[in-house]
Amino acid sequence: MINTEYRSLLLLADDDPDYLFQMKFALEKGGYRVVTAETMEEAELSLEREQPELAIFDLMMERDDAGFILSYHAKKKYPAMPVILLTAVTAETGRQFGSGSPDDKGWIKADLYLEKGLHPDQLIEHINSLLNH
Amino acid sequence: MEMLKVLVVDDEPGIRSGIDRILSKFTVGYPFMDEDIGYTVYEASTGEDAIRIFHENPPDIALLDNKLPGMGGVEVLEYIKRNQLNIEVMMITSFASLELAVKATNIGAYDFVPKPFTPQELRSSMENITKHLFLKRMTQKMNKEGKQIRFQFLSVLSHELKNPLNSIEGYLRMMQERQAGDQIESYDEMIDRAIARIKGMRVLIMDLLDLTKIESGKKNREMQLTDLVKIARISSETMGPMAIQMEVDIRIESQEEFFVMADAEEMEIILNNLISNAVKYNKIGGMVICRLKEINKKLIIEVEDTGIGIPEDDIPTLFREFVRIRQKETKHIMGSGLGLSIVKRLIALYDGSIEVESHPGEGSIFRVVLPVII
Ligand SMILES: Nc1ncnc2c1ncn2[C@@H]1O[C@H](COP(=O)(O)OP(=O)(O)OP(=O)(O)O)[C@@H](O)[C@H]1O
Ligand SMILES: [Mg+2]
Repeated sequence: MINTEYRSLLLLADDDPDYLFQMKFALEKGGYRVVTAETMEEAELSLEREQPELAIFDLMMERDDAGFILSYHAKKKYPAMPVILLTAVTAETGRQFGSGSPDDKGWIKADLYLEKGLHPDQLIEHINSLLNH
Repeated sequence: MEMLKVLVVDDEPGIRSGIDRILSKFTVGYPFMDEDIGYTVYEASTGEDAIRIFHENPPDIALLDNKLPGMGGVEVLEYIKRNQLNIEVMMITSFASLELAVKATNIGAYDFVPKPFTPQELRSSMENITKHLFLKRMTQKMNKEGKQIRFQFLSVLSHELKNPLNSIEGYLRMMQERQAGDQIESYDEMIDRAIARIKGMRVLIMDLLDLTKIESGKKNREMQLTDLVKIARISSETMGPMAIQMEVDIRIESQEEFFVMADAEEMEIILNNLISNAVKYNKIGGMVICRLKEINKKLIIEVEDTGIGIPEDDIPTLFREFVRIRQKETKHIMGSGLGLSIVKRLIALYDGSIEVESHPGEGSIFRVVLPVII
């Protein structure tokens, strides 16, 4: 019974405070606890301090490859923690990458690539399945 | 085939030639890569030798034995990091010194292979480091391409307009679906945030209108004797509310009246933008001085501030459309990144020029030279 009260902690990093506000709201409604980070530094600190069970990184923050770097560090420290990279890259550049095949995982350190326009409900479904909920 | 240069640093000749044999027949391919990647292997038997070779013929990847006769592998790694050499490092260590290997990855080695290793273990480690290198290069390439795209006016514009629209739409949907319950007060913060984004868009659109008017030459230019002191006063009054909020003092230094032959509206746009930046990017309690003077029959407008300054590397891009400098201090300041590009275009209409002098953390001076004195 007590266990049904348990809510997993997610880390959400993005440089748009409005995006953070809206996603945090949706994810909390979806039954998660959420810490947010607006910069890479904040994200690294939260990883260390809060030890979230899953992390969601925006690819482009103050650096265009922020998401790569964050997932690389996160996976190095916590190999078992699922990482989702959110990108608007395909929409903006037409360039596609990271198909998420098992082979990718050996070197691109994220479990999932998702486009940023995704509906929160769908994001929650992906999170649920990565956390085996 | 693209070749990566691999320097093997090990005091045991057997290990060096073994690695050479394994890697010379090995290539890495990947769907994203246009072509396979192979390896050119060369050798060093001491850390000191390795460092000399780093400078003469730098490798892409260094395989570093930790136990070397003189300088140890970790010290070589520290040398690479300290001198910011662009070399990826893989440590080769005996099982007994695994702890050291972990330390090495903490100070920046990509990975380590424990000795003795099988050819397959070496190949799979090399495959990972190679893909990591490729990813790094792809990101750099994307950065470059991304930046080019960024300067394509329309695509940036659509991005700049889409972002606030997305977030405003997001807030409206949350209200439409009553996501925070039936109490209207619960939505106060969302409403405030949406209004802030709308304000930002309004500024952007006003800037765009100025810009397109200049571009299409449709703007009716009225060249007439114009008192710049009066315009500078109007500009600083426009910035009054923000200046008060930031306790920034705006001063005008000029003779009593300063008449030039110019379009008053254009002069106002120039001064508005320079003064508004000087206030916006200032510090609490800072100062802005707007100087009007004449040198060599030319008008000099100087707007000096005691603000956050601009890193030297960013100065060349300042006047491009949509460029905003990302610094900790500017994160919460609103702007479209169009102001200075508008200023630059206007100045060009007069065959004038603009330059910037800036000291990060101390302040900036924007200096405009206009041949408008009769
Ligand atoms: N006086 C200044 N001190 C420090 N940084 C400045 C100053 N003026 C401009 N900048 C930097 O240059 C960037 C570009 O300035 P610009 O006026 O073109 O755009 P903006 O102020 O961001 O937006 P807006 O279109 O609303 O003026 C700013 O985002 C800021 O980072
Ligand atoms: Mg400005």
